Amino acid sequence: MLIAPGPAGLPWAGELWGNTIISLWRVLVGFAIAAISGILLGVVIGWWRNVRDLLEPIIEILRPIPPLAWIPLAMLWFGLGFKPAVFLIWLGAFFPILLNTVLGMESTPKKLVEVAKTLGANSGQILFKVGVPSAAPSIMAGLRIGIGIGWMCLVAAELTGSNSGLGYMIMYYYSTMEAAKTVAGMLMIGIVGFLMFTALKKVEDKLLFWRVPP
Amino acid sequence: MSKAKLTIEHISKSFSEKKGGKITHALQDFNLAVSPGEFVAIVGPSGCGKTTLLKIVAGLEVASEGEVYLDNNKVTGPGPERGLVFQDFALFPWRDVTGNVVFGPELLNVPAAERIKIAEHYIRLVGLSGNERKYPAELSGGMKQRVAIARALANDPEVLLMDEPFGSLDAQTRSQMQKELLYIWQENRKAVLFVTHSVEEAVYLSNRIVVLTGSPGTIKQVFPIDLSYPRSRSDHGFISLREKITGCVSGNCR
Repeated sequence: MLIAPGPAGLPWAGELWGNTIISLWRVLVGFAIAAISGILLGVVIGWWRNVRDLLEPIIEILRPIPPLAWIPLAMLWFGLGFKPAVFLIWLGAFFPILLNTVLGMESTPKKLVEVAKTLGANSGQILFKVGVPSAAPSIMAGLRIGIGIGWMCLVAAELTGSNSGLGYMIMYYYSTMEAAKTVAGMLMIGIVGFLMFTALKKVEDKLLFWRVPP
Repeated sequence: MSKAKLTIEHISKSFSEKKGGKITHALQDFNLAVSPGEFVAIVGPSGCGKTTLLKIVAGLEVASEGEVYLDNNKVTGPGPERGLVFQDFALFPWRDVTGNVVFGPELLNVPAAERIKIAEHYIRLVGLSGNERKYPAELSGGMKQRVAIARALANDPEVLLMDEPFGSLDAQTRSQMQKELLYIWQENRKAVLFVTHSVEEAVYLSNRIVVLTGSPGTIKQVFPIDLSYPRSRSDHGFISLREKITGCVSGNCR
């Protein structure tokens, strides 16, 4: 009864940890899918003008729809639990990652591309040795924003479309009028969010140490 | 055909502006032959098409008319046999000094061990030994330009194209870099095409000076510089050439 604890369930700490791990796992899976899909698509859209012209209208229509508005569809398509939650996290994290990657690719300095050409680079080498690394800071910013939004989407998704996880837990204790446990769940959401953000920032600083100090 | 290293024949370039369809002539009927090992400077006011010319030779821009030949082979696009050095360095900020210098050999699939040797050689040549692991953000302007020169040389190009390479450096660094460029040139004996707006710099460095006029850029006059190296800026011959060419740039050619 770790996942849906009743009043006579497991000890409180185990329940809190269990739900935290469930939520964390969901967000990591959803975020990983969003990172891979967002970066790949973003590189393609940001590098080739015609791909951008083709896909931009679709993206610009889908993007303003808040992930939470997808909850009914997510439940219809995927039922309850892991899959709809992952889907909603993906939705939330995907767009900031995509747009920041596009922005980064598009703002590849023309000079660097020219220098690479005069040094003998072919088009593939220009993409992977100039475009992608020069977009890296922007991509990392997208990942940081993405994981934050993904985490919020997850908690919101669990409030309605789930029977486990931190979101579900705070809603459950709201219905049993146990405010302390609801607050404990909220605090856990805050702490985990902060830790994920900090970890990503550390990775970013490590990868992008070459950036010009502000 | 000719024995020139680089032949620029009847190059014209015009741009049509997006709005209104107005046509700007940047270059008109430019001709020049650069001999092997020769240092040619192109001077002229800003907007006279100097940079456009260099980009056409580099293959980054296509001429509206005319052809460029390297050893009698027609230039059709950018290539590693024509190294280009920009005014603003254009280093890859995510690569350290060595990483920047090996960029060209890396693209051409030179084996890793050999690449490192090449990098060491050129880093030493430009006087940056000991800075191999530094990133562009940690380097001064003069050091950055040295890296850019080493990077262009690492491909062992036939011709070195330099677009106001010292234009953004302070006066002291600039004159230091000019001395070092001469040293590098005398070591390597590459043909150099050097664009600058400083007549003094051109007289100090080159074998021949081409004066361009603005819009459209055409050759006004060509001055051979027969002074022996190293040159002294206070030398009488130096000063009189400098004055003569400065006069020509501003409209009084003799």
